[in-house]
Amino acid sequence: MKSAQRTTRRPLALAVAALVGLPLALSACGTSTAASSSEAVTEISVMDYYNNEPDKSFIGDALTKCGTQAGVTIKRETVPGKSLISKVLQQSSSKTLPDVLMLDNPDLQQIAATGALAPLADFKISTDNFAEGVLSAGTYKDKVYGLAPTVNTIALFYNKDILDKAGVTPPTTWDELKAASAKLTAGDQYGLAFNANPTYEGTWQFLPVMWSNGGDEKKIDTKETEQALQLWTDLVKSGSVSSSALNWTQADVKDQFMAGKAAMMVNGPWQIPALDKQPTLQYGVVKIPVREAGQTSVAPLGGEVWTVPQTGNKARQAKAAEVVACLNSDENQMAMAKVRNTIPSKTTLADKFASENPKLATFTELIKTARARTGELGTEWPAQATKIYTAIQTALTGNASPADALKQAQGQ
Amino acid sequence: MSLTTDLSQTAARSTGKAKAKSGRPAGSPTEAQKPRRRTRQRRERIFQWLFLVPAVVYMALFFGYPVVKNVVMSFQDYTTATFFTGEAPWVGLANYVTVLSSSLFSTSLLNTALFTIGSILGQFVIGLALAIFFQRKFPLNGILRSLLLLPWLLPLIVSSAVWRWILDKDSGALNRFLGDLGIVDTGVPWLTSTSLALIAVVGVNIWIGIPFNLTILYGGLQEIPDELYEAGSLDGATGWKAFRHITWPMLRPVVSVVLVLGVVYTLKVLDIILGLTNGGPANSTQTIATQSYDLSFHEFKFGEGAALGNVLVIISLVFAVLYLRASRRAVDE
Repeated sequence: MKSAQRTTRRPLALAVAALVGLPLALSACGTSTAASSSEAVTEISVMDYYNNEPDKSFIGDALTKCGTQAGVTIKRETVPGKSLISKVLQQSSSKTLPDVLMLDNPDLQQIAATGALAPLADFKISTDNFAEGVLSAGTYKDKVYGLAPTVNTIALFYNKDILDKAGVTPPTTWDELKAASAKLTAGDQYGLAFNANPTYEGTWQFLPVMWSNGGDEKKIDTKETEQALQLWTDLVKSGSVSSSALNWTQADVKDQFMAGKAAMMVNGPWQIPALDKQPTLQYGVVKIPVREAGQTSVAPLGGEVWTVPQTGNKARQAKAAEVVACLNSDENQMAMAKVRNTIPSKTTLADKFASENPKLATFTELIKTARARTGELGTEWPAQATKIYTAIQTALTGNASPADALKQAQGQ
Repeated sequence: MSLTTDLSQTAARSTGKAKAKSGRPAGSPTEAQKPRRRTRQRRERIFQWLFLVPAVVYMALFFGYPVVKNVVMSFQDYTTATFFTGEAPWVGLANYVTVLSSSLFSTSLLNTALFTIGSILGQFVIGLALAIFFQRKFPLNGILRSLLLLPWLLPLIVSSAVWRWILDKDSGALNRFLGDLGIVDTGVPWLTSTSLALIAVVGVNIWIGIPFNLTILYGGLQEIPDELYEAGSLDGATGWKAFRHITWPMLRPVVSVVLVLGVVYTLKVLDIILGLTNGGPANSTQTIATQSYDLSFHEFKFGEGAALGNVLVIISLVFAVLYLRASRRAVDE
């Protein structure tokens, strides 16, 4: 018995040593980036989620060009959109963030709140001429952490042929929208398609009607928001919008529109390449209607911001900042916006861009007044956005009136 | 637990053997041979432990660490900032209070129960029926059986995408089919009606779970000796009677294993629900698993997500203990 005990102790110690040692060894691999800051910087790392063509190449080209200008080569990593945030959080805990990091604009608050990002003012990057919404999307606690070279938003697409045939003009007010949608609904075809699914996408698509009517995300059980939700509910209840909207994504909405099963749709300019692949499809784009003529159509701001993480290496950070500034130069904004069907984020470029790209004119106009989702709430946005889509779903399924659905959700 | 008992048994057995050897009177070993034998024994035992090390390290790293971390996390205010700063203030039971008192919890709990019971019931009954059916000998038996494994082989994300398309209200294949048969007039809102969505999701999960049940139960059926049926038929036990008095009792150990494993698998189903409905419409397919995922990865409330995750772990644990008992009994029998 004694000998058995003695013999077991040593392997046990071995096992314990392995257990303790392995994670240490693993984490040690991660901390190799802390090079001395006096070294000349020849390469910087970049991470973004443009992992599909053609955006992957467009962004890659712009990065390479900006890298050359700053005298560094770019080591780029593209990850799928859904895994970006978890990757960023992992990297921030192991202190292995890239030198330049792209973030979807509503996520900037969460990451800036961690202290992982450097304020762009540290590098004297100019924030002049950017649209107000773009700056507020990149701002956390009064400091700008991220800038978006190009942005996007959503508007109302309509099928010209279907509307012409029915003698309907693109609607500008809610009443017109309801009337037009009803008139355009026949057989297999719905008047309008939008997305009201239980994700942030559903919230995003609802924001234009809510904001344009004076609704506010801080407190959603108000008359203004209720009216907006009533509009969405009426459209589904009357059958002008398929109840499938409760489960559709924006891509599904686009598919319905392209198949001629929806005469109009709420969607963004990133769908334009797909729409243009079908030459028989003649479409136009107008602002999302407002309740009363005279109200301003306020759209939510989409797009990705570029940031400089706190990597602890000043020289590399300086180079990274040069790249971010370069991506946001007038020339690059115009070029990237054009190829990617997005809008330059500087208002000074708007008129020139709209005249050169008439297809994007409506979106360009909207960006001037577009609001950032996180502008008011900062890191509280995800929680509130959840309440909004919960209320939308509750009202649209008929589980509660819009007023009650909003009240319930606000109290949650 | 079982590992250590196994080891001590083998250890005891080997020492016993050694004793028996040394106790042999004829040609007894010299004094010089004894220490050599002891070092050999010791080396053997070291080897036994060394073989265990990879498993222990693996378990500790990939099961022990996350579970402990999750428990710790659930008592902390764990936010995105924690990842960078490492600071997560202790908040005691606050996360549990928030999660358990939220109006959504009772909905999720009920949905989890309905989803699990419905799925298990469907999977098991259909799986058993198919297993019995495939016991007969008929042409193409093998090919058909392997075709039935397909749902198991498909990635869940693919299955849910295909089913989302099939179940679509306006252009889904199911509604087309039912419409052509004249069973329904207008599209049935499988995934967008609060009263149908859970049923539809359970249906898809049953489809996915049938192969597992079929395979295990078919294996169990093969184990039942034919002689029993022959003897039974002499006593007049055929058909349903044979099933009740021979098949079912003989299959019971396998059944309990299948059911308990099925429950544990089903409780944590995430991909299928997220792929089909995202927990909607109006939370009608929200389960504890999807809610926990939402809290952690969409709302970035990692502490609350972890707390809810632990609630699920505890529920699963109950069934895991049942499973261990059932499997031990199955081995004994």
